[in-house]
Amino acid sequence: MALPEVKQTATEARLANMVMPDAGCTRAAREDALARVLEMGLPSRRDEYWKYTRPDTLVSPEAPHAALFNADEPMLFDEFDRLKIVFVDGVFSPEHSDDLVLEGVSIDRIEDICCKDIHWAKELYGVLESHGQTPVQRPLAALNTAFAADGVAIHVTGKPSKPISLIYKHRSESSDAMLHHIVRVESGAEVTILENGPAASRFNKCIEIDIADGGVLHHVRAQGRDHERRAATHMFTRLGQDSVYKSFTLTVNGVLTRNEQVVELTGDDAVAHVAGACVGDGDFHHDDTVFVTHDAVNCESRQVFKKVLRNGATGVFQGKILVKEGAQKTDGYQISQSLLLDEDSQFLAKPELEIYADDVICSHGSTSGAIDETALFYLRSRGILTKDATNLLTLAFLAEAVDEIEDAALAEAMVARLEGWLSRHS
Amino acid sequence: MAALDQTQVKEGVDQETVDAVREVGGAYKYGWETDIEMEYAPKGVNPDIVRLISEKNEEPEWMTEWRLAAFERWTQKDEPNWAMVSYPKIDFQDQYYYARPKSMEEKPKSLDDVDPKLLATYEKLGIPLKEQMILAGVDGAEDAPAEGRKVAVDAVFDSVSVGTTFQKELKQVGVIFCSISEAIREHPELVKKYLGTVVPVSDNFYATLNSAVFSDGSFVYIPPGVRCPMELSTYFRINAENTGQFERTLIIADKGSYVSYLEGCTAPQRDTAQLHAAVVEIIIEEDAEVKYSTVQNWYPGDENGKGGIYNFVTKRADCRGDRSKVMWTQVETGSAVTWKYPSCILRGNESQGEFYSIAIANNYQQADTGTKMVHLGKNTKSRIVSKGISAGKAQNTYRGLVSMHPKAKDSRNYTQCDSLLIGDKCGAHTVPYIEVKNNSSRVEHEATTSKVDDDQLFYCRQRGMDEEEAVALVVNGFCKDVLQALPMEFAMEAQQLVAISLEGSVG
Repeated sequence: MALPEVKQTATEARLANMVMPDAGCTRAAREDALARVLEMGLPSRRDEYWKYTRPDTLVSPEAPHAALFNADEPMLFDEFDRLKIVFVDGVFSPEHSDDLVLEGVSIDRIEDICCKDIHWAKELYGVLESHGQTPVQRPLAALNTAFAADGVAIHVTGKPSKPISLIYKHRSESSDAMLHHIVRVESGAEVTILENGPAASRFNKCIEIDIADGGVLHHVRAQGRDHERRAATHMFTRLGQDSVYKSFTLTVNGVLTRNEQVVELTGDDAVAHVAGACVGDGDFHHDDTVFVTHDAVNCESRQVFKKVLRNGATGVFQGKILVKEGAQKTDGYQISQSLLLDEDSQFLAKPELEIYADDVICSHGSTSGAIDETALFYLRSRGILTKDATNLLTLAFLAEAVDEIEDAALAEAMVARLEGWLSRHS
Repeated sequence: MAALDQTQVKEGVDQETVDAVREVGGAYKYGWETDIEMEYAPKGVNPDIVRLISEKNEEPEWMTEWRLAAFERWTQKDEPNWAMVSYPKIDFQDQYYYARPKSMEEKPKSLDDVDPKLLATYEKLGIPLKEQMILAGVDGAEDAPAEGRKVAVDAVFDSVSVGTTFQKELKQVGVIFCSISEAIREHPELVKKYLGTVVPVSDNFYATLNSAVFSDGSFVYIPPGVRCPMELSTYFRINAENTGQFERTLIIADKGSYVSYLEGCTAPQRDTAQLHAAVVEIIIEEDAEVKYSTVQNWYPGDENGKGGIYNFVTKRADCRGDRSKVMWTQVETGSAVTWKYPSCILRGNESQGEFYSIAIANNYQQADTGTKMVHLGKNTKSRIVSKGISAGKAQNTYRGLVSMHPKAKDSRNYTQCDSLLIGDKCGAHTVPYIEVKNNSSRVEHEATTSKVDDDQLFYCRQRGMDEEEAVALVVNGFCKDVLQALPMEFAMEAQQLVAISLEGSVG
């Protein structure tokens, strides 16, 4: 079907100055992805899947300007022993990064996977993204597959001694970055991947994760700092039998963030937890879009999203649990909650269930409201200042999402960031 | 019902529930047809047909213009495709848009003049139109004892209203209850003032089509301060083949009034699908209250998914006045395809909207139903309780919107929607939209039962029940409450549904 004219024009305008990297073996995958973009068109505000988030600035030909801020705070995770992989405005920076050598894992740049003939990577690049285009279209991810110029391929074969840390630095006020990572966790392997940093003025990132039977992947991500940045991120995760995927995202500030998680449980007894906590003040729009597909027996999935909003900030949650025919004994859970600290903020949610199997437990909940006056009164009657009591209750509200992080030290680091934000913004 | 008999039901699902669903979805009781000579307008829809319908109803010029404008808009609109239903493309030009019994050519002056065949049809459906007969339950009207309960009925047969009972008695208290075609002729000032103000002409594809071609329906006006002395009811019957039914209902509850309105519908068993696209508009002024109950029992198609009614309905209540209240109760058991979202616009401060729904889909039925609660006024409250049950190869979707506008301070919404699957070939889906634009309002969407009143739970637990038992008791009790609150008319259907428990349900 022909695209609506407006969409066609916008898509053409965006593609006009894009150059596909000359990347040997990923070339075919990139050309397929471009064909998908041309067929779907880039998102527009009239698309149902973009009902609550305006994609205009994510698809415009030029990235909007985003000022840099000098924060006194040290970068997150600085105190952790980790393997650092640094990108500056979306370009790999060898001088900031550690040597990409660590036992139990091999790391290569996407552009090198062809000359090194890394089979698994060639077979994964663009595959999960392409698979994740149905039943809902995600054109920005296809755009990424086609044009991302950089990224890493992480192959986990053992249990590396420290986390792999992807750091995204922002240096140019008009940078328009696109990164595409692929991760393969082999059977019985286990890894923690950290991500942090403002990345670019406009950031389009895609990660494809394939977890083999019995593999474990922990993912902890923090999106913060430079407030004017915009980001659209996609994570496509496929889980084999008995595998585990646990992801947590902290978002503070950011004028526009859309995080999409597409999770597919394809092996029996797999576990996937996706969580997020966000705090926004003023001109802030944050969108969590999650799609979990159960396509095997006895799997568990959890979605826990908490948003604290003030001064006109907007929080969006679009979550879905799809239980396919035959995916019996599924345990699916989804909760999205917002705490609105003042009259101007808003929370827009669409928590969906689509179930084709009868022996399952699936529940979802969504709530929105102000801070509990009675709890506040109780704390104040114990001599705690209103400001401190509010912060305390806010942290308690966010705790359920932060608790999804298994590593206590990482969870603490997140809480420390939240405390810092609250004390600066109250 | 062979399909359901062989279905393995998972542990924890109440056998009584399965039996009840089987009973409800069993052989369709209203599938016979009345052999009566009909008069049709030519097939298809175009401005001439619109003019013809208007002419048949002896409508004034302004009404014809209104319809023609709607038709013009309709030609520019696209059929919606967002609902989780699939059906072969409808050929809108291959339908009759107007069919009336030949005997209705001359408007009967009173019920005594109505063709006995028509009266017999309604009698057979359990809806006697003789005023001395008193309704008591759809199934056993003849042997049920008369309990002195009166229900005024407007009976719509294909495209025309065949008669309205108790009009005189209602007139004494100032209540106007008649067919909409009569209202357009007799009370043009009221119709002009309110028609299309709740569901605008171009609201959606089906509502726009309805605005152009609606042939009849009911009109209710309750004057200020009047508590309607009896329940009002409309009974829709589709009889003719290849005929779409497009009825329009307009209910106006003026300040401080109250009315309870019931709607029932059936159709004969046929191999080809038939179209039904209705619009219901309700206007509720200050301190007024309207209860609208539906038992939708259109022919659902056979067990292979052949035939059945495509039911595309737009129902909306506008709580204009402060402290106004509306309650939608629906029991959806029929139709091959249901597309229906009875909604509440809570405009007045402290207005209230409630929506209780039980949707049962079996065989190849597809139901996409739910509600919209649009909170505009301060201190407005809404409650949504939706129970969806799928069996066989059916798909059942709850789709709803709760919207809190920035000015709707201190408002409250509570939503609970549970689904139950009987068998592993069916589907249950939930698609809620939640939009909260102020922080003094509380919105809760719960599919789990943890939000059951703590006091009730505490009481049950204190008596030695475990938590699950207590929750089940409270929830079932609530469900039964709703069903038992259904008016007498629906007592028989409701009684069967009472057996339904939602143990083992999924959010």
